Amino acid sequence: MKGGGPVIPNFGGSAHALACQKANRLFCWDWFSSNWSGTLWPALRQHVLLVLIAVVAGFAISMVLALFAHRYQRVEQPVTWFTSFLYTIPSLAFFELLLGIPGLGLNLVTAEIPLVAYTLLILFRNILTGLRNVPTEVLDAARGMGMSRRQTLLRVELPLAMPAIIAGLRIATVSTVALATIAVLVDGNYGLGKPILDGIGDYYFKTELIAAGALAVLLAITADGLLVGAQRLLTPWARMRAT
Amino acid sequence: MGTDAGYVGNAMNSFVDAVKFIFRNGQIPGQPHFTTLTYYALGTVKITVFAMGISLVIALPLGVWLGHRHRGSFVAINLGNIGRALPSLVVLAVASAFLGIGLNEVLVALVVLAVPPIITNAYVGIDEVDPDLVDAARGMGMTGLQVLRQVEMPLAVPLLMAGVRTATLFVISTTTLAAYAGYGDSLGEVVNNEAGYHLSGVLGAAICIAAMAIVIEVVLALVQRALTPEPLRRAEQLALPDEQFVPAIEAV
Repeated sequence: MKGGGPVIPNFGGSAHALACQKANRLFCWDWFSSNWSGTLWPALRQHVLLVLIAVVAGFAISMVLALFAHRYQRVEQPVTWFTSFLYTIPSLAFFELLLGIPGLGLNLVTAEIPLVAYTLLILFRNILTGLRNVPTEVLDAARGMGMSRRQTLLRVELPLAMPAIIAGLRIATVSTVALATIAVLVDGNYGLGKPILDGIGDYYFKTELIAAGALAVLLAITADGLLVGAQRLLTPWARMRAT
Repeated sequence: MGTDAGYVGNAMNSFVDAVKFIFRNGQIPGQPHFTTLTYYALGTVKITVFAMGISLVIALPLGVWLGHRHRGSFVAINLGNIGRALPSLVVLAVASAFLGIGLNEVLVALVVLAVPPIITNAYVGIDEVDPDLVDAARGMGMTGLQVLRQVEMPLAVPLLMAGVRTATLFVISTTTLAAYAGYGDSLGEVVNNEAGYHLSGVLGAAICIAAMAIVIEVVLALVQRALTPEPLRRAEQLALPDEQFVPAIEAV
């Protein structure tokens, strides 16, 4: 740069910038491999944790609510309304509103609250529907065999509800993976949202955005595949029928 | 973005301040007719209406037609799965990075996000109409189009509308996120600008976004009720909450 000239933005980053980073290609593999262990892998691991906590907590809450609603039908309508209400709040507003509540700081707990809240509607509905769709004859047979209510639930109703439950888990997990990228707006350093936001902030070099975004999509697809596998393992009778 | 830890300390009164902000927010330069929140709220509604209009024109006929012909189930259903996996922030950012920052570019991103749930739900809704009913309708001499309009569509209203409602929520929530990808004409602009509007403004705008989403959801629920044929409405009370998600899911 000539002395005294206008300040020209430095397109390629630092002097250590990689060749393809300077060339500003659509996707720079060298950047990807050199930032994998330092940036992307930790972010991916954090993202998995973020999603895992949200889905496990959401599943536990929904299971309790659904079991209640299965036993006492009155519970269903209020729970459906409340979870639909939570589901309706746009993510950005949800995250930001929590910041106004005293005691909730910019941390992982604040980030988890909306993520858990969004899973409830789908999980609750699917668990409850699964339990309700168990045929009456099957329940009668279970009672005729002398099973207690608890035994019926654990050995008959829950296994038969498994496809619906896992279907709910798949939807909840996949959408939580996508939503968790927004958690970065509350917890500035957590998950794949961080490299995504950094990539948005970089006006010229978009590899970071594309890489982190692609990782989020791949993570969602992988998690979905794992749940399909889990369903096959947990419902062996369905396979037997198919063959 | 809320990154100043100091705000957390004096957050006791922040909701009171936020409500004050909602009723007394100034004007932005060059917009003498509206207050700030009204201006951005109108911007949010405008882009939501545009995006949903375009998405409905593209997705609804496609999903309904595929369902009517019982074709393309793999594509129609997996489209919904893929759509769900796309992080909205990434779609917005990619659109603005490669297309530019403006109304049209944001609309592209919104349509990409809104089309999959509409197609999938429309497909499943029509596809899963009881085949006996369709046979009976044909036996009565109805043409394909009559079957579609008088039998399949009315019965599929709950799922058709479930798709539309999901897509609308997606669009509203993404429109506000667009501020982070550089598009400044929605309520997200206020949320994104804590330096300018303070925490009270951010919370006030967030409350407005949430309220708007809930109002729109309620309106769509009423539309769904109005579109549902009279005899189905009473049955709907019991069946709908279950049916809305499960058929789509079991078909996955």
